[in-house]
Amino acid sequence: MSPIQPELAIETQGLSKRFQNYFAVNQLDLQIQKGTIYGFLGPNGCGKSTTIRMLTGLLTPSAGSAKVLGYQLPEQADELRLKIGYMTQKFSLYDNLSVLENLDFVGQIYGLTRSARKARIAELAELYHLNDKIKVRAGALSGGQKQRLALAAATMHQPQLLFLDEPTSAVDPENRREFWERLFDLSDQGTTILVSTHYMDEAERCHALAILEQGQKRADGTPKQLIAQMHAAVFEVSGDNLRQLRNALMARESVISTAQIGERLRVLVSLDQPQPEVWLKAQVSTEHQVEQTRPSLEDVFVANTGAAYVQRHPL
Amino acid sequence: MSNAIRFSAARAIAIMIKELRQLARDRITFAMIVMIPFAQLMLFGYAINTDVRHVPAGLLDFAATSQSRTLVQDLEASQVVQFIRRFDDLKQAEAAITNGEVAAVLYLPADFERRLLTRELQLSTAPIGQWITDGSDPVLSGAVSGLRQMPLSDPRAVQGVDTSSAVFEIVNYFNPEKRSAVNIVPGLIAVILTMTMILFTSAAIVREREQGNMEFLITTPIRPIELMLGKIVPYILVGLLQMGIILTLGNRLFAVPLPVDLFSLLVITLLFILASLTLGLVISTQAQTQLQAMQMTIFILLPSILLSGFMFPFSAMPEPAQWISELLPATHYVRMIRAVVLREAHWSDLHFDVGYLLGFIAVGMTIATLRFKKRLD
Repeated sequence: MSPIQPELAIETQGLSKRFQNYFAVNQLDLQIQKGTIYGFLGPNGCGKSTTIRMLTGLLTPSAGSAKVLGYQLPEQADELRLKIGYMTQKFSLYDNLSVLENLDFVGQIYGLTRSARKARIAELAELYHLNDKIKVRAGALSGGQKQRLALAAATMHQPQLLFLDEPTSAVDPENRREFWERLFDLSDQGTTILVSTHYMDEAERCHALAILEQGQKRADGTPKQLIAQMHAAVFEVSGDNLRQLRNALMARESVISTAQIGERLRVLVSLDQPQPEVWLKAQVSTEHQVEQTRPSLEDVFVANTGAAYVQRHPL
Repeated sequence: MSNAIRFSAARAIAIMIKELRQLARDRITFAMIVMIPFAQLMLFGYAINTDVRHVPAGLLDFAATSQSRTLVQDLEASQVVQFIRRFDDLKQAEAAITNGEVAAVLYLPADFERRLLTRELQLSTAPIGQWITDGSDPVLSGAVSGLRQMPLSDPRAVQGVDTSSAVFEIVNYFNPEKRSAVNIVPGLIAVILTMTMILFTSAAIVREREQGNMEFLITTPIRPIELMLGKIVPYILVGLLQMGIILTLGNRLFAVPLPVDLFSLLVITLLFILASLTLGLVISTQAQTQLQAMQMTIFILLPSILLSGFMFPFSAMPEPAQWISELLPATHYVRMIRAVVLREAHWSDLHFDVGYLLGFIAVGMTIATLRFKKRLD
């Protein structure tokens, strides 16, 4: 990254997509720096996939502007296609073709010469551990192997910008770790990566992220910034009768959320409440211990979405 | 759309190779390519037959002379009827027709001998007997009424005297034995190609959409025309293969002549295959699922079987049916392939049909390419 003026890979203003009578994406402003891994965090149906489809030129925005790698969308979608890679949520290669045939096909589509294809496929097969599966049909691969094949295909032409739509939804934790190592390798080589997820641990790995809900951006920034800017204090309460305590606390306006984690109750208290720790201690009995703790990204997510959001941003 | 990405033959070829590989892997589809022509040929060639033979008949012979027996033998020798029962009275015979045991009854009156004599001496033209037929099946009764004019080979009659007096002599060109297979087999190519070509192409594209491949494909630099061409060419080969199967089997099993002018055959068949494929492409831009594509194919297929002239003669159709018929590519192909295979016509003799198919392809391709958007919305 240039220290003076970081270049933007994606820039949108008021980007919206309307389907019949609801907005799948509503007034989205994004600034994604080149070379970073940027995450879209949000529940299903929050507009992650729709946003990605607009940014890849698959969908025409209903309003707003989007500039991706300097190309204005949707007008310059064709030029953009040579520079981006897209890994769809659902496996979109051909089940009845082998790993090699699939990769060769993708290479041909991107106009790689025969020798360039051969070299690139060898490189990708090595990198993504597909060498021993090269003759196996894609339909017979495991979830993790399919995902590596899809990533290999999406990066065949060494795109500057890579879109990954919930790439790890069908993959076990070990393969997920391994997958993220590859993403950091790509990022290190200068590829900008936009990844959508609903896993907190994945979101935490991103350089920066946007929390989306109902087509709107609720918050964005680096995980650190998001945690620092969170408008809530996080406490852990331990003791007996936690379920009853939980119900009592949820009735309080200052309590954003409560969640039982094993023997403890995690309580988010809004900063609108002065001296939250003193306040919370007054709410619980003396048998309960209250301890302030470091917020996690999940806390940020909870504090920025759902009822908590509506409370702070009344209509 | 900008011109930043030019048409690339390499990309079209990549799609083609991929399509051929998938086709070769898909055993059921591959089997259907061969089995559909084979099964249909058997079905239409053997089962559907308008040459009537061995109509079950009964005999009511009140004359019972040697001459009446000779007449019955002569009739059986024609192979049109086969006498399976003798009756003693008319009631019995009528009952047998009613219950479907026999389709026709020959009634020879007691004065048969006298009627025959007066007829031979040209004293009278009164009939010598009567056929009672089951008129509810016009094909069968029609075949029997053909026997009305049967020449009598009576030893006592003057040689060569034909009691029937035809005004016209009929000479059948191209199919002197009047076998329906000769007419049906070339027409069958039209029906089978209509079915497989439209279905395969429409399903091939809709499948990509259904299985999610399209979402990936349209983010690549591939252009719609490359995708269309890459999808079409493999099926052209499939279509030619099917035509070869039908003509070869038709020749071996039903002695349908092989066309002398192979080049004309190739020209008209390629035109028809392309027309059907473009129709399949247009369907694929409309259908969301493979099931919908199949339903739309049947919508085209049924009129192609019934109205193309494959089953019923074009000239016998009412005028509005003829208009619909003219719209169908199959009609033009049925006409052309019968001309080329059976009448040894040259493709350039058939300019109306060739011209129509060319126009159909041009319009279809334009619609398909325009309608196929590289977008999801």
